[in-house]
Amino acid sequence: MNKLHPEIVLPEADLTRDLHKKSRRGFLLGGLAAVAAVGGYETMRHARQDNMVPWPQRRVLDLNGKLWHSYLDDAHLTESYPESAIGYLKPNGDHGLDEENDDGTPPDWDGLQLQTPGASPVTLQLSDIQALPTQKIVTKFCCIEGWSVVQKWTGARFSDFTKKFLPPGAHLTDYVYIATDGEDYFVGLDTKSVMHPQTLLAWEQNDKPLVYEHGAPLRLIIPVKYGIKNLKRIGLIRFTNQRPRDFWHEQGYDWFAGL
Amino acid sequence: MAKLVLKHLLAIRWFHWINFPILFLMIWSGLLIYWAYPAYHLGPIPLFPQSWFEALGMRFRLAEGMALHFVLMWIFIINGILYVAYTLFSGEWRYLVPTSLSAFRDAWLVVLHDLHLRKEPPPQEKYNAAQQIAYSGIIVMGIGSLITGLAIYKPAQLSWLAALCGGYEAARLIHFILTMGYLGFFLVHIGQVILAGWNNFRSMVIGWELIRGGDSK
Repeated sequence: MNKLHPEIVLPEADLTRDLHKKSRRGFLLGGLAAVAAVGGYETMRHARQDNMVPWPQRRVLDLNGKLWHSYLDDAHLTESYPESAIGYLKPNGDHGLDEENDDGTPPDWDGLQLQTPGASPVTLQLSDIQALPTQKIVTKFCCIEGWSVVQKWTGARFSDFTKKFLPPGAHLTDYVYIATDGEDYFVGLDTKSVMHPQTLLAWEQNDKPLVYEHGAPLRLIIPVKYGIKNLKRIGLIRFTNQRPRDFWHEQGYDWFAGL
Repeated sequence: MAKLVLKHLLAIRWFHWINFPILFLMIWSGLLIYWAYPAYHLGPIPLFPQSWFEALGMRFRLAEGMALHFVLMWIFIINGILYVAYTLFSGEWRYLVPTSLSAFRDAWLVVLHDLHLRKEPPPQEKYNAAQQIAYSGIIVMGIGSLITGLAIYKPAQLSWLAALCGGYEAARLIHFILTMGYLGFFLVHIGQVILAGWNNFRSMVIGWELIRGGDSK
């Protein structure tokens, strides 16, 4: 044929012998490679678990997270949609939402506590947040299950919130931990995502006050993350330099969970 | 006069046999992910009904599926890039890529011949026109899976890519259709390998194929 595809021309008996030799060698090596591949895969799958994922896979997932974190930018905005694109968002998950009162009203909300290293905690009320400049966004809410729906949110930029309420002397840390009151539901976030211009502390959904099952009175809307990070009914915001715990990370999901 | 010809180069055999289990696991983990939102129907019939997921024990494994998919994607991507680069630099692409539009007519003749509707075998070099279209098309599909995959993996950071695919939902649908395409390719490929026989299959493992008769190609 050519240089790449050489030929061997030999008498029939020699040719058969040569072919058998090449076959033995090829299938033996192929078999060994197959055994090594299956062995390697099984070893990986049965390696010690790190938050319900075999640690070699967890390492790669964390590396993926680092990679996308470095690419993340305030200028990379999620797409905005016309209000006509707004659909129905089903309440999906009630972790951290306590039982409603007997008369059907939501339990009391004690405000949100802001904790920063080196400063005393501050407790803020909804009116404090609503005093910040109001932002409205119409973006896609993407569930990690695969579905998505356009919603309109009204709230204050998280970056305006920190500008106003970070105590004197406190500065931004690498991470932010946000939890419901009692910390039944909690998310860990990188500060870059939290300070993204589309990240809101929201109190209205589709121009109506948030209902309880969607996180009244105040929830996180962070369109650069999957829905699982958009925590409802915020009770605690803590700035920290340790990567915080995350509810679904502990159930085997990616910690970064960025979009 | 019989002879041995090195049909499949060593590197290409490695790329092929690495791709096979990795693509299988990408489809498997993809279906674990798809279970969480099995959106696609053909009319009233769901593609992959719940009973199939249940029978195969594939329910409630979204996290596991994602943890596999976003690890193995690296091997799938790197192996694919190396394969394409190797065929380009070695010159092997000349056998693989259809060179003219007549390939489509020739491929049709191959199909008729394979279905025993036409006696004479169509002209061919190393690969016939149908093979050229299939083996080049599968690479285009792979690139399509990568692009649509990235668009649904990072629709915010790569919103321009999602827009290029026609939006997040369209990207997800194309990603799914391409996967169905791989399954179709696999069925035809396996069928053809069985029909072509042992000498042909062996050459994909050991590289060498035994050629009998006066064929001087």
